[in-house]
Amino acid sequence: MVEFTRRESLALGLAAASIPILGTGRAQAAVDDVPTKSVTQLEYKLEKGATLSVLRPAKFVAADEKYWNINTAAYTKATGIDVKTSFLSWEDMRPQEAVTANTGAGPDVIVGFGSDPQIYASKVHDMSDLAEYLGTKYGGWYNLAKLYGTKWGTKDWIGIPMGGSSGPCAYRVSWVKEAGYSKIPDDLEGFLTLCEKLQKAGHPAGASLGHAVGDANAFANWLLWTHGAYLVDEEGKMAIDSKDTVAALKYATQLQKTFIPGTLSWNDSGNNKAYAAGEIGLTFNGVSIYFANRFSPNEAQQAIAEDTFFQLAPKGMAHTTPESALVLSAMVFKHTRYPNAAKDFVRFMMEKDQYGPWLSACLGYWSEPLDAYSKMKFWTENPRLQAFRGAMDTQFYDGYKGPISPASSAVAANYTVVDMFASVVSGAASPESAVKLAASQAQRYYG
Amino acid sequence: MDATANAAERLFIRRPDGWLTRMFDNKAFLVTLCMLPTAGLLLIFLTYPLGLGLWLSMTDATIGQPGHFIGLQNFISLSQDPIFWMSVTNTIMYTVVATSGKFLLGLWLAMLLNNYIPFRAFIRAIVLLPWIVPTVLSAIAWWWIYDPQFSIISYLLVNVLHLRSTYIDFLGAPWNARGSLVVVNIWRGIPFVAITLLAGLQTISPTLYEAALLDGANGWQRFRRITVPLLMPILSVALTLSVLFTFSDFQLVYAITRGGPFNTTHLMATLAFQRAIPGSQLGEGAAIAVAMIPFLIVATLLCFYGVGRRKWQQGAGND
Repeated sequence: MVEFTRRESLALGLAAASIPILGTGRAQAAVDDVPTKSVTQLEYKLEKGATLSVLRPAKFVAADEKYWNINTAAYTKATGIDVKTSFLSWEDMRPQEAVTANTGAGPDVIVGFGSDPQIYASKVHDMSDLAEYLGTKYGGWYNLAKLYGTKWGTKDWIGIPMGGSSGPCAYRVSWVKEAGYSKIPDDLEGFLTLCEKLQKAGHPAGASLGHAVGDANAFANWLLWTHGAYLVDEEGKMAIDSKDTVAALKYATQLQKTFIPGTLSWNDSGNNKAYAAGEIGLTFNGVSIYFANRFSPNEAQQAIAEDTFFQLAPKGMAHTTPESALVLSAMVFKHTRYPNAAKDFVRFMMEKDQYGPWLSACLGYWSEPLDAYSKMKFWTENPRLQAFRGAMDTQFYDGYKGPISPASSAVAANYTVVDMFASVVSGAASPESAVKLAASQAQRYYG
Repeated sequence: MDATANAAERLFIRRPDGWLTRMFDNKAFLVTLCMLPTAGLLLIFLTYPLGLGLWLSMTDATIGQPGHFIGLQNFISLSQDPIFWMSVTNTIMYTVVATSGKFLLGLWLAMLLNNYIPFRAFIRAIVLLPWIVPTVLSAIAWWWIYDPQFSIISYLLVNVLHLRSTYIDFLGAPWNARGSLVVVNIWRGIPFVAITLLAGLQTISPTLYEAALLDGANGWQRFRRITVPLLMPILSVALTLSVLFTFSDFQLVYAITRGGPFNTTHLMATLAFQRAIPGSQLGEGAAIAVAMIPFLIVATLLCFYGVGRRKWQQGAGND
């Protein structure tokens, strides 16, 4: 869940380019490791003279954009429909989407984040036929895909989830071993003890509780969910003011004492930098933290990568891993003159001959929304990718257990839960008062 | 006689065709017409966005939804929001401390540069650098300087000079973070103040200082009785602009802390953006931005009339 720095993306670009198996040839080669079920081919009646303009977030990994463009060119070749993709920096996506939605002009297809389909539900085409087709053909949608792709409380699909970015535990195998562990303990006490030992050994853990929209929200949510606490109930009623939350805050205070100093000011690249410098032995992050070092020309960085492994975050009191992912969904806006072509384009991009090479080239940065893509060989070729496979097969999401809505994204964007933890672990507020403040802040949006 | 009659006749004949001519002869009409393009530009580029902001602040608009008129509800709900009030105090504190710093150091720098020093033109150009470099770039440089693990300042203090045993948590603790941001703002603002005041200093005739010197005035008296009063007009303009820039600062804070840790460095501008765009509550964000206006007006009036009340401001000479 970490934004790539320029250097990292360059490294990953080189990475993708230097792995022969991921060369351009692969896009044309048949994909043989995606099991499909037979289903009636979905035939969209393509509009005459259609052209498409697509807006999506900028790449993290050079291969992401490269394979996207290869697939887009293949679509043009197959149908004669010209597709122009704009890659926009992540921060600019929201304003640009808002302008498009409000003016009813602009890109035909927008690939947006998280709750965007819910926010623009009244402005986008129904995608149920396509979702049903893809779901049947590719072994079914994962829970997170269903949550973000369908209009809340209905079975109507308003977006087609294309992937999710998750951030499990990333750690240095040798240092964790020195501390006496062969893997990360799954219980909270054990995890705290491990962090204490890592700190004593001079290789502390660290995770952001600053205003880092990806990392800090993910870490704060983990702290909450792993204690059985949650922001709102199924109806969207405030539920954060609970004993479980107070327990989570007390645990976080203990944990923070074992962390490297300064994590309250880390932005999304804070842990990546500290990890690459060998300052921390454990953090929560996407696969980038590994590949940035793996494909560095510097041998010391490569050694760090060699010593890196990923494991799902500790469950604690939760029954399943309390982790979510940042979901990417394609929406077809109602203002488009070519809705059939737009949907057909999304279908084409999700078919295995296009999606397979794209997904495997992204090296775990995006996790698959459809079960069939979890069977691809690349997931097991590098054991480190294991923790990213099936990341969208989770019950947890931003604003769990309430509806996915503008309110849930406002709470994340305003760092309400993050700040609750940050103010307590820094000693600026008592757990009880911080919970009250967070509840009143979140209530402003859930209202 | 004939010629005169002809001329009169011609005049007489030309008269009736001219309602257009008469209209253009009308001074009021002509003035309105000539001002129309400017007024139109102002209307489109100033009044419309401002009006839209005001309107949005009185709606419950979110991104993707147009919203309905809800009167002053946004303001009422903000008045009960401790984070909003923290951003107000932060903004006032930030403006007062940073502007004072900029003016003290800027004036000092201007007076140094006003003396004869070798390579004066070159040094003056260099002084402008912090102001010329795009804010986001310098903010990133400062963000590295303040990094909890890789700060050059901490490195010097701990590893080279051995004055401390731990790295400084510049941006992770509320007061450290506020102080660090004020320092960056001062660093960035000094050139503007220094160069403006330098221009003012150069308009002061050296004969005044010579006369004072002959009268036996010491350095402080010359500064207090000549420099300060004659610098006042330009000082008040520079102060007004500087307060406006600082009060509405966004880039530095957003690039360095994003308002963290736990909102303790949020300014009104950064909070307005956070709530309106990433948080998609357009109405509430607009309300925070509109709430800045009264503060800005008061600050401007204070600077303009409080500090530099002079006849020249009313159009008369400064005697």
